[in-house]
Amino acid sequence: MDSNREANGGIRHGISRRDFIKGVIAAGCTVSSVNYLFRAPALAQGVGERLITLDVNGQQRRVDVLPQETLAMTLRYKLGLTGTKIGCDRAECGNCTVLVDDIPLYSCSLLTHTVRNAKILTIEGLAGAAGQLHPVQRAFVEELAPQCGFCTPGQIMSAVGLLKVNRKPSRAEIAEALSGNLCKCGAYDHYLNAVVRATELI
Amino acid sequence: MATYKLIGKDFTPPDVVAKVTGKAKFAEDFRAEGMLFAKLLRSPMPHGKVRAIDTSRAQSLPGVVAILTAEEVPAVKGANEAILTNEPLYTGEPILAVAAVDEATAAQAIDLIKVDLQPLPFVINPLDSLRPGGPDARTDGNVANVRLPLQTIKWSARDFAGVDEGKLPMGKPAEEWQYGDLEAGFKQAALVIEETFVTQTLSHHSMEPRSAMAYWQNGKLYLHGSSQSLAFAVPGIAGMLRIKPEDLVFISENTGGGFGSKGTGYPQWGIPALLSKKAGRPVMLRVTRDEEAAFGRCRPGFQGWAKLGFRKDGRMTAADIYIVQANGPYDGFWDFRNAGETVSIVYQPLNMRWRGISVLTNTPPTSAQRGPGENQTAMAIEPLLDKAARKLGLDRVAIRLVNAPDKNGKVGHEREPLTSSYLADALKQGSAKFNWAKKKALSGKRKGSKVTGIGVGVGFHSAGLNGFDGLVLIKPDGKLYIHSGAGNLGTYSYAATSRVAAEVLGMPWEQCEIVTGSTARNVPWIFAQVGSNTSFTASRTNYVAAMDAKAKLREIAAKEFGGKPEQFDVGNGRVFLKSNPSRGLSFGEAALRAVALGGKYSGQEAPKDINPLTARSVAALAGQGLIGVAKDTLEKKGMVPGFCAGFAEVEVDVETGQVRVVEYIGVSDCGTVIHPKSLATQIKGAAVQGIGLALLEKHVFDPKFGIPANRSLLDSKLPTYLDVPLHMSSDAVNKPDPSNPLGMKGAGEPPLGAAAAAYLNAISDALGGVQFNRTPVTGDMIVNALAKRPQSYKPLEVDI
Repeated sequence: MDSNREANGGIRHGISRRDFIKGVIAAGCTVSSVNYLFRAPALAQGVGERLITLDVNGQQRRVDVLPQETLAMTLRYKLGLTGTKIGCDRAECGNCTVLVDDIPLYSCSLLTHTVRNAKILTIEGLAGAAGQLHPVQRAFVEELAPQCGFCTPGQIMSAVGLLKVNRKPSRAEIAEALSGNLCKCGAYDHYLNAVVRATELI
Repeated sequence: MATYKLIGKDFTPPDVVAKVTGKAKFAEDFRAEGMLFAKLLRSPMPHGKVRAIDTSRAQSLPGVVAILTAEEVPAVKGANEAILTNEPLYTGEPILAVAAVDEATAAQAIDLIKVDLQPLPFVINPLDSLRPGGPDARTDGNVANVRLPLQTIKWSARDFAGVDEGKLPMGKPAEEWQYGDLEAGFKQAALVIEETFVTQTLSHHSMEPRSAMAYWQNGKLYLHGSSQSLAFAVPGIAGMLRIKPEDLVFISENTGGGFGSKGTGYPQWGIPALLSKKAGRPVMLRVTRDEEAAFGRCRPGFQGWAKLGFRKDGRMTAADIYIVQANGPYDGFWDFRNAGETVSIVYQPLNMRWRGISVLTNTPPTSAQRGPGENQTAMAIEPLLDKAARKLGLDRVAIRLVNAPDKNGKVGHEREPLTSSYLADALKQGSAKFNWAKKKALSGKRKGSKVTGIGVGVGFHSAGLNGFDGLVLIKPDGKLYIHSGAGNLGTYSYAATSRVAAEVLGMPWEQCEIVTGSTARNVPWIFAQVGSNTSFTASRTNYVAAMDAKAKLREIAAKEFGGKPEQFDVGNGRVFLKSNPSRGLSFGEAALRAVALGGKYSGQEAPKDINPLTARSVAALAGQGLIGVAKDTLEKKGMVPGFCAGFAEVEVDVETGQVRVVEYIGVSDCGTVIHPKSLATQIKGAAVQGIGLALLEKHVFDPKFGIPANRSLLDSKLPTYLDVPLHMSSDAVNKPDPSNPLGMKGAGEPPLGAAAAAYLNAISDALGGVQFNRTPVTGDMIVNALAKRPQSYKPLEVDI
């Protein structure tokens, strides 16, 4: 699989701890957050391929990723992007939906290493640089779409993904496209209203 | 009706933008320096006793910092639930917890711990425990509830005589009440209906599992929890951990769903709190979905019986109700009592008896779930109203109108008065909007394999409390800070009720800020955000606090300009002379005067009757500006009732048994509408949950081993977009309740029972009156009923 590793970003092997720390600092990631969830064997022991670059929300993020780590955990615990929620951690609720190369996917069920060459878009990356809301976000606000808000980031990412391939979906098509996103508050009617409105705002 | 600037108008609650940008923080989104992670060792069996625990290998695993066992947590009395236990009473109950430097190490440590667990007899079906010699869920009793002491009740074999034919055994109840003359009531009846029914137990399955993070600083506990309530959670947490309420900082900015399961706190918060104390470092407990299914609470199922007598005109002359509640192993919640209350108010029976028993079972702990008892009752009793209507040749809406309470209606065996009741209006308004009269013609119409049915259902919940505190602050910056202790569970009622303070003070909403999210932000004491109460309760507290601020503003203006306080009015951020509005002070100037005056004006003195929690908040804010603070001592005579009437059209596929809800309309009697959009989300969201309740969701247990069979979201069958109609609608009667200064009542719970009952009734309507007396109604039940085949369940069987 070494050839794949090369293809997936040309990660250097045998990286030194010193290089690693420098990389982490350069990426603006705090060292103390690295070990939150997985006991990491010392990096100098020839497992340097864990230090990878991810394209998240248009930024190149250097991050130490374990082989078994899911994208949801990397986003939440390594990159501080806690807008991506974990409701089930088993591909049932869709709360963790992010766009990977414009396709909505459950980040709880994606190994981070498999998306090294992909463009990852999370809820935090939708608004403009000056904070102006994405049309889908604006529509969700205007329609008072969220209730508790926990599933909302996932709903929005699925909606954004849908509108990238279908600019004028019917209400039934929206329901179909968002049906992998559960909402226990039952805010579906308002979410549908919001996506319909978003088609008018985009 | 009064005209308001803010009340009844849509607005954007302050937390919505954060919810769509990912900035809204839930408990698991917080981090603390040196944070450890916790993992739990949980019971693999429904009832057992720990004989020995060997943690030695886990202790020596590098990275393990602390292990917390049941011996180290505060003891509990009676049927209360402990933080950890050595006698687990349901599958998945936490026995011990480990904190380690990362989650993988904590999990590995759990694997290294040896627990010798002795299996004990268990019970899943409550009736099994009531049989002579039947198993008990606990070694110290089989019946308990809140305010019902732990005890043992066994019925005789004779009580069980009719059980195989499906008749509920009815031995000695744990509680009962009666009013009127039941026998005379049934004698007056032209029709008597007697039915046994079963409603399911089902998990809350909030989207956010109850993850929590805790740390201790300067002797104070900082707890980030997922909670419906803010101020009201404090005494419970402090009591559970044996700390002083003032030594707790409770942070809950957003809550990913609760529906009653996160209403007043839960023992699992104690796990990170005590682990953190032991480890001397912050501890995060990330609760998994499987754990949430185990201890995330559930609605208790009912095995019940009803005998109802009706006059020819449909008036209910007598009601006799018996409820056996599957309570889980701890004190649970009083759904069974609410069943009696619900029948007594919704149908105003002329004579009534209620009996009930709350039986302990080795199933997940129960708690209130959106309309606890009220909504099981709607699902069980509303279909019986339809049956009576059919037998008496009455319209199904008409029979409800005949029985609906008006303002002279009463509730419970004490026949307590009601503050207002517009259920009849809701039924009429809904009928018109739904076009009931015309839609009736669709009943039973078949198109291919699909048959149409229409249904109506009524839901009820009490909708308001009193006696809590309000707190507002006007700072020298001229802004109005409305301190809210209610909590943020996603209904936006914390924000909508805050607008009452702005309305009273004539303050533009843009110049107001709601202060909430943490007890450290100095919030007032208010009831838990449960029981559809916040709209009523918090609108009153915000009203009295704003009135106090208004009085102080006028006094300050009178001091400044001479004259009497009543010669001054407030509006647009100013207090001014009525006769010459140019003479006045801005709120900012008045706030500076209040600071200079001190005393009651800026919080150095506080009213004597406020709660200590409010008093601490006032003391912390003292000197920052003009403080409005008061306890709600406004009049309230009787119970505040909330109602909803639901109307549904369904299509039943008679070949597959699949039910599709085609149309739904809910109309609420919730007094004055504060915030139309959030009311709509409540009514329609409840109608979605109603599909789960009526058609999809239930607990399934392996009866042989007592193990839950459907712990995941997938197997629990939460409604998805594809299970609900593409359009739903809602409306409100919008008539004020006289016991609220602005007329508001709560709205959250009744729409769920209304919707669930409407669906069930619509299914029966499609099937020519076939009734199941069991929820949820699933496809196989419909197919079996149509084929006149026996059902797959035995009479009164539960959790299958």
